[in-house]
Amino acid sequence: MKRIQAIFLALVLLASGAAFADVTVPHLDIGKGGHCVNDPKFMKLNHGDLLKHQRTITVHQGVRGRYSLEKCVNCHASRVNNSVLGTDRNFCQGCHVYAAVKIDCFECHSSRPETVSETLTEVAK
Amino acid sequence: MSEELDRRQFLKGSAMLAGLAIAPGMLLYDLAHGRSLNEPASSAVRWGMLIDTNQCESGCDDCVKACNKENGLPGGTRPTDEQWMRKVELKDMRTGKATSLPMMCQHCEEPPCVDVCPTGASFKRADGIVLVDRHLCIGCRYCMMACPYKARSFVHEPLHDQKPDVPRGKGTVESCTLCVQRIDRGENTTACAEACSKAGHKAILFGNLNDPNSEISKRIKTVASTQIRADLGLNPGLHYEGL
Amino acid sequence: MDALLKNRRDNRNFYLLVALGLLVVAAGLAAAHYMEEYGHIVTGMNNQIVWGMPHVFAIFMIVSASGVLNVASIGSVFGQTPYKARAPLAGLLSIALLAGGLTVLMLDLGRPERVIVAATHFNLKSVFAWNVFLYSGLFAFVGIYLWTLMERRMNPWSKPAGLVVFAWRIILTTGTGMIFAFLVARQAYGTALLPPMFIVMSFAWGLAVFLIVQAAMYGWNEIELHPAILKRLKNLLGLFVISVIYLVTAYHMTNLYFARQSAFEHFILVAGGIYPMLFWGGYLFVGSLLPLFLIYFPGMGGSRHVLAASILVILGSFSLLYVFIVGGQAFPLSIFPGYEVTSSFGDGQIGQYAPSLPEILLGMGGLGVAFLITTIGVRALNFLPRDVAD
Repeated sequence: MKRIQAIFLALVLLASGAAFADVTVPHLDIGKGGHCVNDPKFMKLNHGDLLKHQRTITVHQGVRGRYSLEKCVNCHASRVNNSVLGTDRNFCQGCHVYAAVKIDCFECHSSRPETVSETLTEVAK
Repeated sequence: MSEELDRRQFLKGSAMLAGLAIAPGMLLYDLAHGRSLNEPASSAVRWGMLIDTNQCESGCDDCVKACNKENGLPGGTRPTDEQWMRKVELKDMRTGKATSLPMMCQHCEEPPCVDVCPTGASFKRADGIVLVDRHLCIGCRYCMMACPYKARSFVHEPLHDQKPDVPRGKGTVESCTLCVQRIDRGENTTACAEACSKAGHKAILFGNLNDPNSEISKRIKTVASTQIRADLGLNPGLHYEGL
Repeated sequence: MDALLKNRRDNRNFYLLVALGLLVVAAGLAAAHYMEEYGHIVTGMNNQIVWGMPHVFAIFMIVSASGVLNVASIGSVFGQTPYKARAPLAGLLSIALLAGGLTVLMLDLGRPERVIVAATHFNLKSVFAWNVFLYSGLFAFVGIYLWTLMERRMNPWSKPAGLVVFAWRIILTTGTGMIFAFLVARQAYGTALLPPMFIVMSFAWGLAVFLIVQAAMYGWNEIELHPAILKRLKNLLGLFVISVIYLVTAYHMTNLYFARQSAFEHFILVAGGIYPMLFWGGYLFVGSLLPLFLIYFPGMGGSRHVLAASILVILGSFSLLYVFIVGGQAFPLSIFPGYEVTSSFGDGQIGQYAPSLPEILLGMGGLGVAFLITTIGVRALNFLPRDVAD
């Protein structure tokens, strides 16, 4: 019984030791970037809330000026693959894969901007 | 003393009168130029259509093709394919007269689809456009059962390559949006109306039914038109001539 | 048989039944996953027939869930002693069937992961939104009712609890009928006759399910139902079957009288292929006349006859629901009365539908859920109706 306990303890320590290993924090390709609707710190904390409430205003009242998922994608689509998804460096996928928070926005919304970015270096799939 | 008051009152009165005279003009100016992106839709507007079936040619489906292109629809006609708009060929059973017309969501004033939707995803916007908020749609298809016009389609497969300004996805219900993405940008015309106009048929007239000076309001007062299944009392925003 | 051996045999059989139930439920869940992953294209449903086989199963279960409580109501509300003994089993069956039916409905949604949305956003004009409250309420109230029946010190409360359950389920089944009654534009629906029709259908089908489960339990425990009680129960089933025939007849006769409905009636009753076959053969003959024969004809009316009649009534119910739900959608909408119409979207054409395997497995999965809840429930707690000797 004591031997089993010792083995178990060793396994638990090993596993937790892995938690202190160097895990890759996402380095995002922010695409065109530039002047966002809010500052990055605010957006990091609140973009979920914004998306959830602003989308109702957009759909039900037709207000599309300042907040628009399409505009987010236009600015933040990577200039490498012309999308906010596709690799773990892409703007949305990077953090969401790291945080293991599944998003379903792009089941319906396009993850690519309307027009192909001028500095596209690879042909978009 | 009384003279001064009179003058003040006169000035106030004439300023008010001048303002009243100019105000409608300013209002019309705003309407004519469409609302800005930051303004919500308003019930001062009611979007509608007047479709002249006499001008509509059997076999022509420019409107459907334009709708498919504008909204990123694949254009298939399997029973599971989404069709926001379709051409319907009619033949009067008694007289044999043949008619052709485009059929899509009629944007009713009292939409049965809105009444039955459990989550409120199917809703009527302030300016009369009946839409599906696909963030709320759970895909129960009750609205499809309720629609008298078979206007709605269910998305049966995962979708790819949606148009950025027309998001749509598997498991939700959709129908004609009166090109809401265009209207909100201020373009004030639908893809189908534009295509029909370009093709020279001029069968589809789109406009603001609440504006007495719009082309549609003026025409609808002069020609005989009807609403499809008017007996149901839904007051659709689409009117048809020649039926 | 030796008591210990019997005990072992019963245990083994119980676990076999549970394993069978779990298998059926697993198949249903696998089907639901397949449908969610690939979309409804893998089913037979399309833009013309939007509700199919899963809804036939689900509506059968939901309607029966309400009707099976009749047995309990006749006991608690109307004070009939033999029914009082059967009230707990009826309550369990109600919960089991409702759970099964809702499982199927929720898993058939286009976006099943959004049931949370359905539970938090309500359009109060929608029958479906009312149903969220009605169905949850039924679970709660039947649960409380079972407690008043099975906890001795709560027994005096069983009558008021039974009254609440009685009223609630009438409202609930009316709501189920109103789902269809409110569809003004469909020729098969849009009539105020539907809520009463669903209520009497619930009485018939719920009692049929009850009789089957009761027969199984009595067989398992090797006891016999008192002939007098059997007679009362079978006559009640017969009465309910006749009531359903009555309302179905009223529905069709009214439709036949309206000129604008005659094409639809011709389709359902004569020319529609599978639909007249299921209506006349499945519902009327197998599901109504044959059971009535087994119930009332001299020489019939024994426990085997009643069991057979109950099974046939359920087969008839599936037939009727298929004709009602699928047949009602297959007939094209009358958008342009007086015109022949054709289009690329099925206008003027009979809708085509063939049930697919995922749909049938999903429906069976719901039955499996109901089966599991019932089997485990009757094994764990004392649901066997025990009649006090006269």
